[in-house]
Amino acid sequence: MAKNSKIIEREEVVIRFSGDSGDGMQLSGTLFSDTAALYGNDISTFPDYPAEIRAPQGTVGGVSGFQVHLGHSEVNTPGDFADVLVAMNPAAIKANAKWIKPGGTIIYDKDNFTEKNIEKAGYVKDPVIEENLDSYSIIATPISSLVKEALKDFGLDPKTVLRTKNMFALGMVYWLFDRKLKYTEQFFEKKFAKKPEIAEANKVVLRAGYYYAETIEALTPVIKISPAPIAKGTYRNICGNAATAWGLLAAAEKAHLKLFIGSYPITPATGILEELAARKDLGVKSFQAEDEIAGICTALGASFAGCLAVTSTSGPGLALKSEAIGLAVMTELPIVIIDVQRGGPSTGLPTKTEQADLMQALYGRNGESPAVVIAASTPSDCFDFAFKAAQIAIEHMTPVLLMTDSYLANGSEPWKIPAMSELPEIVPPFADRNELPFLPYKRDKEKLSRKWAIPGTQGLEHRIGGLEKTVKGTVSYTADNHELMVKLRAEKIERVADTIPDLTVYGPESNDLLVVGWGGSYGYLITAVRELHSEGYNVSLVNFNYINPLPKNTSETFSSFKKIVVCELNSGQFANYLRMKHQGFKYEQINKIQGLPFTVKEIKEQCIKILEDK
Amino acid sequence: MEVSQANQISPKDFKSDQEVRWCPGCGDHAVLNSVQKALSELGIPREKFAFISGIGCSSRFPYYMNTYGFHGIHGRASAIASGVKIANPELSVWQITGDGDALAIGGNHFIHVVRRNIDINIILFNNEIYGLTKGQYSPTSERGLVTKTSPFGTIEEPFSVGELVIGAKGRFFARTLDSNVSLSTQIYIEAAKHKGTSVVEVLQNCVIFNDGIHETVTGKEVRDDRTLILKQGERMTFGKGNDKGLILEGLKLKVVKIGENGINEKDILIHDATEPNPGIQYMLANMRYPEYPVALGVIRSVPGPTYEKDIENQIAEIRKTSKIKNMDDLLKSGSAWKVD
Repeated sequence: MAKNSKIIEREEVVIRFSGDSGDGMQLSGTLFSDTAALYGNDISTFPDYPAEIRAPQGTVGGVSGFQVHLGHSEVNTPGDFADVLVAMNPAAIKANAKWIKPGGTIIYDKDNFTEKNIEKAGYVKDPVIEENLDSYSIIATPISSLVKEALKDFGLDPKTVLRTKNMFALGMVYWLFDRKLKYTEQFFEKKFAKKPEIAEANKVVLRAGYYYAETIEALTPVIKISPAPIAKGTYRNICGNAATAWGLLAAAEKAHLKLFIGSYPITPATGILEELAARKDLGVKSFQAEDEIAGICTALGASFAGCLAVTSTSGPGLALKSEAIGLAVMTELPIVIIDVQRGGPSTGLPTKTEQADLMQALYGRNGESPAVVIAASTPSDCFDFAFKAAQIAIEHMTPVLLMTDSYLANGSEPWKIPAMSELPEIVPPFADRNELPFLPYKRDKEKLSRKWAIPGTQGLEHRIGGLEKTVKGTVSYTADNHELMVKLRAEKIERVADTIPDLTVYGPESNDLLVVGWGGSYGYLITAVRELHSEGYNVSLVNFNYINPLPKNTSETFSSFKKIVVCELNSGQFANYLRMKHQGFKYEQINKIQGLPFTVKEIKEQCIKILEDK
Repeated sequence: MEVSQANQISPKDFKSDQEVRWCPGCGDHAVLNSVQKALSELGIPREKFAFISGIGCSSRFPYYMNTYGFHGIHGRASAIASGVKIANPELSVWQITGDGDALAIGGNHFIHVVRRNIDINIILFNNEIYGLTKGQYSPTSERGLVTKTSPFGTIEEPFSVGELVIGAKGRFFARTLDSNVSLSTQIYIEAAKHKGTSVVEVLQNCVIFNDGIHETVTGKEVRDDRTLILKQGERMTFGKGNDKGLILEGLKLKVVKIGENGINEKDILIHDATEPNPGIQYMLANMRYPEYPVALGVIRSVPGPTYEKDIENQIAEIRKTSKIKNMDDLLKSGSAWKVD
């Protein structure tokens, strides 16, 4: 393909693909991201789609978006504002106008800007004028008619023809950023192996878009983002849900246990169940349960029988699993419960992100019911924390709640693939057949965990259950025994702190302001803190992955900072938790409850305000 | 799970060291004895048994069995037992439940375990009342029953367990009487041997809150005339003189007397629990006194694919062809790229 001579280098760029939920924007975005990642850019992506599979066509509610941020250096967020917006209809402009950088580029399908669609989007006449976008670089392209023209000899029905228009837009974007089409073309060949004419049509349209952009010199100069200087190794793009599933698979292999997942489909967690259901080749027993309760109860049964047992869900499902988590606490069986958080309460905002299930995870059960709670912080480290969740569950004989969120689950980034040999062995505390009689609640001196006696093993027959027991496993309602057992179960969880890493401070370990985050806000917080730092502000960051128990050096870390601000996508659940666990510090808060991740801009602005407050 | 004759175990070996705490005279005691007797005849080593229960009087059962046991939470025994069996198909998994546990709070899990045909033996103690919470009506209480929560009589239609099981695509359904140890033992053995979900409804007496609820049918004086004990391949006859039987009249079953109205023994229907079409079995399961005798014995027993075997077969099949043999293979699969 002919190279454009006018090329400039840029450090980073943010592109947002946006259209009706049936326009294929998620696919365009994914293909672009994969191409960028293969080229060697660091990337971060964020899909943002409506809860309805097909919301009313042309309406703002039905707009589906996919944002990708690519850079020559480290990229930690999908970006606050887009340099380039692809808008397949007027509603896409309406939904995204405030998320485009001033002077940015907008490519839109002119054919779709009919009077009717303009009105549907809530405009009177011209979106470009009404949004004051005339200082932007506007590339109005008759995409629909160009696609029809390109495919006129294919003999395809009009619906199929128009379905390829996302590829025309993608072709244009490839030209804008000087990208090769090879990966995308290979994708078509694989995806439509049985329908070569469809594969060919998509290729033709993709190229048509590319050449069209070249012909009209859609954007001069073409922007080049050189590969990021990343460490040697094998990489792949991975989203949070897949990374979570793979982390569990890795843990099962390292523990030499079969993996069992009992789950009920729920947005945005379903991807984990789907990913594991596909892994029969690795011996996974996946069970699509009749409901959320059966999901965890089958898993608990499988745990009793000696599997690495897992259930995955989102907030409403976690609520339904509460009683069974209590049973896992009481029977001291290993189980990993994954909560891919979404906006709540109740059904809330199924496809939007939030961090508001923290209190539910920590305390949403009857009785004194302590469990380990940990949180992943990037799409790819879902792998590490899923592995860690399984390791803690097995080695400490306890339920572990792993918190991710919609943003991590669907977002993706390049990930340096680990070798299995780099991961630690997991050692299940199996009961010894030679130490009879087997006492179900006899505890390890250090961890206070009990032993795991697997049904089928001769001599270890025993009974467990939800009723309070003595060390022998006998049901007991005795006052002293109950208090003792409650304290032992709590202490067992506290002692997990002995095996988790200390907090890492990003930036100086003593400073004016410590930004505190937990879980999935990491990318935005680290970007904001780095930028503030380079602008001369004395700001550092800690991002918590271990929530219960908290790392042992928490207080010590906090004490070296003049001010502490806790940033989270809820009304202050982690801030309140810290107030209870580590008193004596003043915790300021930055909160957002909009179903969206933070923006770097808003974190920076609020941090500066806190720094300037006397 | 292989059934062998090698192991010589006695019913006593299945007794745990726990004191049995059911009320004196409760039907559960007899069920426990029958189950321990049946288990000792299966030739399966003790450590291969897992007893799973939910909540209710009967759900204390696992504590009294010297096997692996899991006393779960209310209504969820079917789900827990499913997990146990799928995780390890080599185990003989038994679920102990009641009419409240299985059909009210656990109704959803119950119909789905039956539908999936997971090889679990479910013993459903039906006393038509809530015992552990001290006497409220249950989903099997007859319409009009006066209880603490239905002081003016229930206004709900009861479930028929067999009807529900067949409706849920069940392949094994049997009914027995708590006090009939020999019939019960035989049925539990049949249930254990059946590959797939076996549901055994036990007409069980709650001596405190619903005493004598099954007595109209099962009382010593009347039971020969009011129950029909089904035997595979034999004619469905009953009565003190074994002189009554069932025939099909139109689309309905009818009770007839042999020797009257030109009916002779050859006219009486032959029981076939293995017939896949559940039509007659459905009618047998639903027979109620006084129009009919209540059917006891194995009503339906039809072999079919089991979930836990199918999942293992699928795993074996996929493993043969997949290029991914371990995690390293998976990690490197698809579109991975190298940075040098």
